[in-house]
Amino acid sequence: MAAIPSSVTDAKRLICGHCDSVYRRRELGRGEVSLCAVCGAVLERHQRLGNDALAAVVLTALIAFVQGNIWPIVTISLNGQPSSARLWDMVIIMWQDQAQIVAVITAFTLFFFPLVNLLSLGWLLVFARRGIRAPGFRALMVTLHYLRPWTMSEVFVLGAIVAMVKAQSYFEVMPDKGIYAYGLLMVLVTAVAGTDLRRLWDGVPGPSR
Amino acid sequence: MSAVSRAEDLNLIGCGVCGLVCRAKPLADAACPRCGSGLRRRKPRSVIRSWSLLVAAFIFYIPANLLPIMRTGSLGDVDDNTILSGVVELWQKGSQELAVIVFTASIVVPMLKFLVLGTLLVCVHRKTRWAQRQRAKLYRLVELIGHWSMLDVFVVALLTALVRFSVLSSVEPLPGVIYFCLTVILTMFAAMSFDPRLTWDCKGNE
Repeated sequence: MAAIPSSVTDAKRLICGHCDSVYRRRELGRGEVSLCAVCGAVLERHQRLGNDALAAVVLTALIAFVQGNIWPIVTISLNGQPSSARLWDMVIIMWQDQAQIVAVITAFTLFFFPLVNLLSLGWLLVFARRGIRAPGFRALMVTLHYLRPWTMSEVFVLGAIVAMVKAQSYFEVMPDKGIYAYGLLMVLVTAVAGTDLRRLWDGVPGPSR
Repeated sequence: MSAVSRAEDLNLIGCGVCGLVCRAKPLADAACPRCGSGLRRRKPRSVIRSWSLLVAAFIFYIPANLLPIMRTGSLGDVDDNTILSGVVELWQKGSQELAVIVFTASIVVPMLKFLVLGTLLVCVHRKTRWAQRQRAKLYRLVELIGHWSMLDVFVVALLTALVRFSVLSSVEPLPGVIYFCLTVILTMFAAMSFDPRLTWDCKGNE
């Protein structure tokens, strides 16, 4: 911590964000989680995944994300005439069909937010692995904090399964490569979402001045 | 557990964004020295914001359920689906397991959010110590499951993009889905505006 004087902060303590109880910080073992004794919220999580492993997961997730977006998700056919849809087809068609609000929210929660999320996380981790803070570290960490609840790729996977089952009563339905990429993405994103990114604040020393 | 102090008693403030523990004396109302976010004891005007967003969400929730969300048409035969009729159709023609999941995501979860956030806000008004731990758990549950309600919106969007056989068969979104989408987004904002620490702000709290 280069710039922060310890007279105004207290690195030995921890405050529960859900009830404001104050605790003395404890060293956690691998995979350990500390819970607030008052309200039961998670205070801190020790990561199973180190920065190297997490960077690998994020990179794989990025590849799956690109594949899930360029490949069609599902193909249906009626009397031998096929029709398939990719993620962006949903956005474009909702926009054209007088549901612009839905189109915009879909574009952000399924495309822009997950993409920004993965890219910034990857960027931070590539530098964290070498023990340094990435350029833009502070802004990206704050962005990630606010973005977290708004990425919905995992909801989309379930939605695609429901849509396929619904379509099955009327059409011949074939899951496409895109849905498998999304299935993988769902697993990887869940693994990333379970990590406590706050450790990067203490884990990586600030820029030397 | 009796001896746990609260941040205010020790003159400390925890940063809501990065978690850094700051001393309140030099830093009250200042920016967090680590991440630059505003340091606040409580989210500003949390109760009124949360109430307004929740009421707005509820107003949209009525047309979201009454109006159809999707129209399926084949050879001049038109069928409008509401959220509930979609669940019923899935139960009868598709898969009952999925029907239960969609029912939970589209109907149970939004209702639960209205009930839980409403209860939490009323309790904060009354400064009651009733069931504090359970209320804290309910809040975390609402935060965790909130976005799963978008399920039906994505189903409609994907079906619309897929079923494009002009007169033979087509699907189009109807206004219900827009209202439903807005309901989900507004309830998520309502949950985020609520400050769970308010649950523990009452007289005689150790």
